Amino acid sequence: MEEFVKKKIRQIKKGDQDAFAEVVDLYKDKIYHLCYRMLGNAHEAEDIAQEAFLRVYINIHSFDINKKFSTWLYRIATNLSIDRIRKKKPDYYLDAEVAGTDGLTLYSQVSSDIAMPEKEVEAMELQEIIQKEILKLPDKYRSVIVLRYIEDLSLQEISEVLDIPVGTVKTRIHRGREALRKQLRHL
Amino acid sequence: MGVRMMECPKQINEWIHKYLDGDISEEEGRYLKEHLHSCQKCMKHYQELEKTVLFVKSLSHIAAPDHFTQKVMASLPKEKRSVGVQRWLRNHPFLAAASLFIILMTGVLFSSYEESRFSVTKYDNIIVDNNTVIVPEGETVKGDITVKNGDIEIKGKVEGDVTVINGEQYMASAGQVTGKVEEINELFEWLWYEIKTTLSEVFQK
Repeated sequence: MEEFVKKKIRQIKKGDQDAFAEVVDLYKDKIYHLCYRMLGNAHEAEDIAQEAFLRVYINIHSFDINKKFSTWLYRIATNLSIDRIRKKKPDYYLDAEVAGTDGLTLYSQVSSDIAMPEKEVEAMELQEIIQKEILKLPDKYRSVIVLRYIEDLSLQEISEVLDIPVGTVKTRIHRGREALRKQLRHL
Repeated sequence: MGVRMMECPKQINEWIHKYLDGDISEEEGRYLKEHLHSCQKCMKHYQELEKTVLFVKSLSHIAAPDHFTQKVMASLPKEKRSVGVQRWLRNHPFLAAASLFIILMTGVLFSSYEESRFSVTKYDNIIVDNNTVIVPEGETVKGDITVKNGDIEIKGKVEGDVTVINGEQYMASAGQVTGKVEEINELFEWLWYEIKTTLSEVFQK
């Protein structure tokens, strides 16, 4: 697989667009799924996934063939998703500390009150609930959770994708898991 | 141990996460297990986290929409033409070979058509009469004679080779050729001749 991709990238570097189409076919589902879980919206996910592949093509000359291609691709797609999240950010962040509450975030205020009526919970598909809760995560936690549990990347790979130390990846995963736990434990 | 109320070790939470990350040492794992079995609160916390992970992992995979690749390809800048040609040659070796053959054959046919006119190596003392070259009696041609699309009658002497392409040579009894006499009539014979001459020219150099 890695060898196949390397061969294709050499061809793309020479300007071969058919080789690029093969690489897009190979990764499109993973990248689209990543964007979908990051953004929670099919239209935006397609938009960002398309943009990610376009960036790959345009910047292919700066890609070092000895590095892992998927890591680079994930990085581009994750960064574009985060940019998009930040552009459409609401007026406040759920994880922003509420002034004067000493470490209390809107999360902790909101979580217990918003417990939905049982019927509604039953009606809403479990999948939608989980997706909704992921979307409530601040982008730095959301990206590690999605990369770890949706894309099944190792801690080491996530550290390379996001260009942060493995220790930081762990901390973010721990916090992301805790935040999700608070929302999903009643299910 | 019994149901002794005790303070949970500070690291329990960290160990739970380490365990979920597959990152825990054997010793820590043992302590964690021991504690979870004796502390409902921590056990519940652990189970909730485990459930959370399973929930997230349970999200079904969603495939990219139809025509995703085509849309990406349509958005790309144009590729270099040379790559297109190279790839075409690589993907269609048979067509490439066939078209090369056609091009060469057309070339051969065209050039042989071009050369279907009468021509002869020029010498002052030979007579050309209606596409027939005559080396008159008593004359001596010093050099090779090549006649294309015509005949040659040799009554005198040729100090060299005589080559007739698409024609015939008649040698009178008094006629004399010091070199080789060759008649080339068929297309392939002619081609062979061309190849031979080219090769001998190459080897002479």
